[in-house]
Amino acid sequence: MDAAEASHDSLMTRAMRPARNSDTGERIRLAVIAVLLAFVLLVLPSMLSAYWTDVATSVAIYTIVALGLALLMGRVGLVSLGQVAVLALGAWVGARLLFATGLPFPVVTIMTGLITMVLGSLIGLPALRVSGLYLALITLMLAGAITVVLATTDFPNGGAGFLGHTEATTGAHEIRRPSIATGEHAYFRYVVIWAALMFILALWHVRGKPGRAWATIRQSEPAALAAGINISLYKMWAFALASFMTGIAGALLAGSSGTLYNLTFPTQDSIILLAVVLMGGIYSLWGAVVAGLLIKLLPALLDNWGLPPDLLTILFGIGVIQVLTTAPAGLVDQFPKDMAKLGRFLWRLVGSPGARTPGTAGSE
Amino acid sequence: MIKVENLEVRFGGVKPIDQMSVTFPGGTCGLIGPNGAGKTTFFNVLSGFVKPSGGSVTAFDEDLLAMADYRRARWGLRRTFQTEQAIEELSLYDNVAMLEEHSKNNGGSSRRDDVEGALEFVGLGKLNSNTKVGTLGARERRLVEIARAVVGKPRAVLLDEPAAGLPDEETEHMGSVIRRIPDEIGALVILVDHDMTLVSACCELTSVLDFGKLIASGPTDEVLRDEQVIRAYLGAEDV
Repeated sequence: MDAAEASHDSLMTRAMRPARNSDTGERIRLAVIAVLLAFVLLVLPSMLSAYWTDVATSVAIYTIVALGLALLMGRVGLVSLGQVAVLALGAWVGARLLFATGLPFPVVTIMTGLITMVLGSLIGLPALRVSGLYLALITLMLAGAITVVLATTDFPNGGAGFLGHTEATTGAHEIRRPSIATGEHAYFRYVVIWAALMFILALWHVRGKPGRAWATIRQSEPAALAAGINISLYKMWAFALASFMTGIAGALLAGSSGTLYNLTFPTQDSIILLAVVLMGGIYSLWGAVVAGLLIKLLPALLDNWGLPPDLLTILFGIGVIQVLTTAPAGLVDQFPKDMAKLGRFLWRLVGSPGARTPGTAGSE
Repeated sequence: MIKVENLEVRFGGVKPIDQMSVTFPGGTCGLIGPNGAGKTTFFNVLSGFVKPSGGSVTAFDEDLLAMADYRRARWGLRRTFQTEQAIEELSLYDNVAMLEEHSKNNGGSSRRDDVEGALEFVGLGKLNSNTKVGTLGARERRLVEIARAVVGKPRAVLLDEPAAGLPDEETEHMGSVIRRIPDEIGALVILVDHDMTLVSACCELTSVLDFGKLIASGPTDEVLRDEQVIRAYLGAEDV
């Protein structure tokens, strides 16, 4: 009885302690994010050549795509192997709208997000009936279908008609960029701001009513039903949100590339995306940043070092096995733990002579 | 009041519930029976997870079976699960808020008041409501489920073995919480449990299921002395 009471008390104190710490923790986290964002926006571009700025822009764009998939998998427990195809859809829609209208770039970006949201939600419809492996297969097949269609229609390049594609080189134009961000550095900053907005949108969802409903659905659909959660609605909501973000990324990619090619969106890239998202970590939004770095910075680095890009598939394969067996919450969760361990180890190495200082000796 | 008439559920050739007719007038009503008697299946019918092949359930003069499953929570139906389903990833507060925002029945009071009131009611008011439920023990998780079941003015609360796996003194606390639900929350409680001490302590009326059939129903102490009930639990003596 006493033991039970004691353990209960210790549980109380354990549960009560974070109350004071969580506020300061939150403030520190916000400050770190602000500094990081300021560095990326103000300092980083001046350190990078045009080539590496281009790579950094791709990293930011794929971070948004990864964020969408991480939300689907980590929050709701839905697997989609069609996200890169949705990105291709978004790029197509974005490019078409940019050629067809003279609307400001941000307006077109939002419109692209909304149209892609509708199309992507259609891909998500099977999720209402099936889940797990079967959902993954269905989304992969749909992605394949989109790739096949895009191979015939190709991407808009300023041509006439609904498809807006012309084979004649004289009729082809570059996809425009926002007037405030035509240069490489400015466009990189522009994309980072969009990515930051998408993270805020994701966080707002996760912390609010949809996040609570998703967490319940992921753990137990019966519990969700008994709680009055409309499971179909919230699953579709997740697909719609992920597709909206991916559509935004598509429009940004269209502006970034100038000319879009089918080769940029192979179906198997959706599988690679799943691998990097798992490696980055699906339960933390930061995992999406790691995933963006893995899928876009790593190939550029390998290329720079003269290593074959096929090496990536092997690296990602090993990475996924490592993550699934030893660190299911991904690199964002494991890396700080490993660093803390390393820190303690180093501390003990340099700290041992310090044990003989008068201060510590006196306390013994 | 929940009135069940000629309820029948078929899984292929098996009838987990067979022509069940019973009335739960109010207060805390017990529902007991040996393993496989159909108690959880009955709850699943009320929740809408299982479609019965016949019969009717009238709850507070409304046809419960005609309602879509996810709408029943807003109508005022709550339940807990045999294997506890507190959402580990969410905080104490979010666990209860999740239910409140999808099924609140009464206007007026703020979400924070509702949620904190429910946590207070089950005795978790002293804990920091930002604590993740995944870090809590079995007793607290069971109480989180009860808090979810009483938030937002429910009309009927179905408790499926709420004290399963808890030691005696914690079961006692659970019983005291359950006993307060009808008066303080204003909901009808149906309690399924194998712990006869808990059932006797909480329920004035008890019904007994055996192989999907109702074999007894009435005041708890009489029902527990019923020969048919004792035989259902212990088996008949061979002559």
